[in-house]
Amino acid sequence: MTATCRRRPSGSFDALDLAGSRLSAFVELHEVTHVYGGGESTPAVDGLSLKIREGEFAAIVGPSGCGKSTMMKLATGLQRPRRGTVIVAGQEVTQPIKITGMAFQNPVMLPWRTTLRNLLLPLEIVEPYRSRLRANKSDYVARAEALLTKVGLEGMGQKFPWQLSGGMQQRASLCRSLIHEPKLLMLDEPFGALDAFTREELWCVIRNLHAERGITVILVTHDLREAVFLADRVFCMSARPGRIIAEREIDFPRPRDLDITYTPEFASVVHELRGHIRTAREAA
Amino acid sequence: MKRSLWLRLAPYLFTLGFFAVWEIACRAFAISSFILPPPSAIWAALVQYQKPLYTNAFHTLWMTTAGFALSIVFGLALGLLVGSSRLIYAGLNPLLVGFNSIPKVAVVPILVIWFGVGWQPPVLTAFVISFFPIVVNVATGLATIEPETEDVLKALGASRYDIMTKVGIPRALPFFFGALKVSITLAYVGSVIGEQNASNLGIGNLITRASADFNVPLIFAALIVLAVLGVLLVAIVDLVESRMTGWARRSQMVNG
Repeated sequence: MTATCRRRPSGSFDALDLAGSRLSAFVELHEVTHVYGGGESTPAVDGLSLKIREGEFAAIVGPSGCGKSTMMKLATGLQRPRRGTVIVAGQEVTQPIKITGMAFQNPVMLPWRTTLRNLLLPLEIVEPYRSRLRANKSDYVARAEALLTKVGLEGMGQKFPWQLSGGMQQRASLCRSLIHEPKLLMLDEPFGALDAFTREELWCVIRNLHAERGITVILVTHDLREAVFLADRVFCMSARPGRIIAEREIDFPRPRDLDITYTPEFASVVHELRGHIRTAREAA
Repeated sequence: MKRSLWLRLAPYLFTLGFFAVWEIACRAFAISSFILPPPSAIWAALVQYQKPLYTNAFHTLWMTTAGFALSIVFGLALGLLVGSSRLIYAGLNPLLVGFNSIPKVAVVPILVIWFGVGWQPPVLTAFVISFFPIVVNVATGLATIEPETEDVLKALGASRYDIMTKVGIPRALPFFFGALKVSITLAYVGSVIGEQNASNLGIGNLITRASADFNVPLIFAALIVLAVLGVLLVAIVDLVESRMTGWARRSQMVNG
């Protein structure tokens, strides 16, 4: 902890506990260490602490292989930490929590289902939707179609995912992660495989969804512009074993327009974050 | 002519060409029909022995289908079991590989000791020879679910049963049908081996008797009948497959 504190400058940065205590934390990782497998190999994350407020949009950036995805798995309960505690919505996480939606770089649509039926998949699993599936089928279909319309996929529900382009699949994957109205949205480099134009379009889709639903979002990315454009707060992780080495409030007013990404203020924030990542990579 | 028409005609043209080359070679090199009968002699045998060929072929078809049905049921069940648990996979793998390495001809005498001569040895030989590819493929289909797909479902609180039915089984279906095509031809091999050694009926038995008589054209006629039956059953499996797993042939559907 001491080493990380020293590297975190005061002033424009909030101290970690200060940020947490100002509002109640919705997602809290406390001194979390995780090692894959049973052995004594290098931990993926070591002494990782962070707090994310309810409704906040948090972005996590870091050099590749720094344990960003591990952090996501820990926060959703897909992995149990070796040491430390993970608390989400006031409860310690001991098993996969059902209030999350997840989207990955790979859209992981099931190819044998139409796009619409892919969207309905979470409702076939999560209670209370699951037991009401038959009775409320038409409601659920309407809800899925409304979501598709919102991300610009109107009328695409009957197509199979492999008939859609990569960007369209990713939009559909976002819809699927939101259909059961999760409280927490986890995005693991969701736009990594897309071209620059599609990516910027989807930034706006996410921005609007976040503004509309007040959902808590954790975005794992290596695109600093993406992080700064979307997030309320950006966390920088060190190289493996990962921990938070810096956090930065992003106080550009919302709603943000894509144009702000070309302003000097925006560029200077991106530069500042890049400096942290460079330090992290050199330290490795 | 258009390329697509050629494509459609290709199977027939190639088959006809194959028999034409065979016929010409037999005549050009004056090969004795005791060594390699030309297709014309085989055709004559087919016509001459059509009655016994027909009844025995029907019997073999019946044996094969019964053995094949058994191997679908057991192969699917065992494949689902093996594919759903890493412990069972690790435990059963050497046993299954070892079992599959046994030449099935060597099993027939045991089956004769157990059941005597009759319908059981051919059916069971067809079964033991054809169920292994089904087990392995179904298990592979289940075991190779993308970890991310599993994560998406697990994060929703899906049980193992959910993951199995929503993802595992649909995903394993193309593997399953791929295995069926291998298995159905193997099942023929099995039932014919069984009939040759332990039955009074069937194409296998007919071949044994024909070779005792040195009736080489009849042997070849019986082999042709087997080949035709094999092609027919694979075509049936193909048809069912394209109905059930059309999504796995997406590129053709997009282009075609």
